[in-house]
Amino acid sequence: MAFLELKNVEKTFFSKDSLNEAIRNISFSVMEGEFISIIGPSGCGKTTLLSLISGLVLPTTGKILLDGKEIQRPSPETGYMLQQDYLFPWLTIEENITIGLKTMGNLTETTRKRALLLLKQLGLADHAAKYPNQLSGGMRQRAALVRMLSTGPKLLLLDEPFSALDYQTKLKLEDLVFSTIKEHKKTAILVTHDIGEALVMSDRVILLSHSPGSIQRIFSIPEELKALIPFAARNHSAYNKWFQEVWKELESLERKA
Amino acid sequence: MKEKHKQLHQQYVNNLTKQKRYVRLTQCSMLLFFFVFWEVAAALKWIDPLLFSSPSRVWELLLTRIQDGSIVTHTSVTLSETVAGFLLGTALGTVMAGFLWWSPFLSKVLDPYLVVLNSMPKVALGPMLIVGLGPGFTSIIAMGALISIVITTLVVYNAFKEVDENYLKVIRSFGATKRQAFFSVVFPASYPSIISTLKVNVGLSWVGVIVGEFLVSKQGLGYLIVYGFQVFNFTLVMLALLVIAVLATIMYQFVELLEKKLIRRHHT
Repeated sequence: MAFLELKNVEKTFFSKDSLNEAIRNISFSVMEGEFISIIGPSGCGKTTLLSLISGLVLPTTGKILLDGKEIQRPSPETGYMLQQDYLFPWLTIEENITIGLKTMGNLTETTRKRALLLLKQLGLADHAAKYPNQLSGGMRQRAALVRMLSTGPKLLLLDEPFSALDYQTKLKLEDLVFSTIKEHKKTAILVTHDIGEALVMSDRVILLSHSPGSIQRIFSIPEELKALIPFAARNHSAYNKWFQEVWKELESLERKA
Repeated sequence: MKEKHKQLHQQYVNNLTKQKRYVRLTQCSMLLFFFVFWEVAAALKWIDPLLFSSPSRVWELLLTRIQDGSIVTHTSVTLSETVAGFLLGTALGTVMAGFLWWSPFLSKVLDPYLVVLNSMPKVALGPMLIVGLGPGFTSIIAMGALISIVITTLVVYNAFKEVDENYLKVIRSFGATKRQAFFSVVFPASYPSIISTLKVNVGLSWVGVIVGEFLVSKQGLGYLIVYGFQVFNFTLVMLALLVIAVLATIMYQFVELLEKKLIRRHHT
């Protein structure tokens, strides 16, 4: 059975003098442990789709099922990571990474230790007592990753988490996030505008078409690329061929628009 | 090379200290000049000493008033009224802002009333307060609070509204209730605005309390000013003014200290 299932999901936003159909008729399912990327031209409703899956926004019509249950509100099963770290500047890193546990009423000595261990695994052990503004962009995004993982969600929603970083940091963090997610056997959905990033991180890539967003095509990434960590995958001979393929599809969409 | 850098850095630091010292020196000499000029002008009758008094007379009066203890009583009355009015105004204004944030319906309904109340001169309500709360320190504290409460509500409510939506998204993704979202995100994120209203409120509550004392009291610095004016004792008026200036400055410094403690991490 699918872990996450979207059935004919549509979302329309209303305002006083207009209505905006963000996404139309989206159906797909994700297996447990799968890594899915969603790409598409800007404004195609990628982030809306992620907000819907997170339960922060409810669909106008259609259903989203997580583990067989319909999503009505944010659940502890899902974790959300944003474009920028959005660490709370008035809290220390330790307080930041445990705020999810605290909010859920789950902050015990055991869970706190687990969060700190995670922080250590991501190389931030020495920074627990520091404040976000004392850390570099890459370190902050790693702390945000720990914050998301600390509550033990099964489904991770990543909303362009690398887009605000410099290229080198971005490549390193891709590897780190990839291996952390694989190690913890999490299911993940990544929204990105970077074709390369989508190709090297995921098992399947969903390409959305422009307003209203609907599924244009789904690419299944071959085993040989899936098995590699992102940095190695970027250097694989098959990478370029796939890149061209997705690129052409995206171009044809833009021409239509 | 390293030695040279060290030297340059030392020079830079020295320059900074020197500049700071010049600023302080100028500030002090301006103050000194003011008092000396005032004294000389009064002694040489450039200004009417009956109206403007002179530093030496104010000083003498201060000493006698300290000896008979009366200045201490008046000062502590006014100071406690001001601090009470200030805390009450800020706290109630912030709570009010919290309610407005909580209920968009309430905020829409109250919007025109707040605008009217804000543009209304609160001291004009003084007589009503005295009729309602009695001619005592309750009315005076109410005056000190009333004058800052509406503006606090408006400014803090705006700060609550302008908290970055993404911070809320983070906390909501953990399933936070509205209450949790408010206390762990909206409120702490608004510390800088709350502090800046505190700074404004320090001045406002002094206005409220002094005007309140003008209207009713038998004690306090505002009372001394009115009394001194009525019996034509301007030395007493000047003394009260100087005490107010010193106290208001101390209170402001206190808020600045609080600011440093609370929001030193707020700049990302």
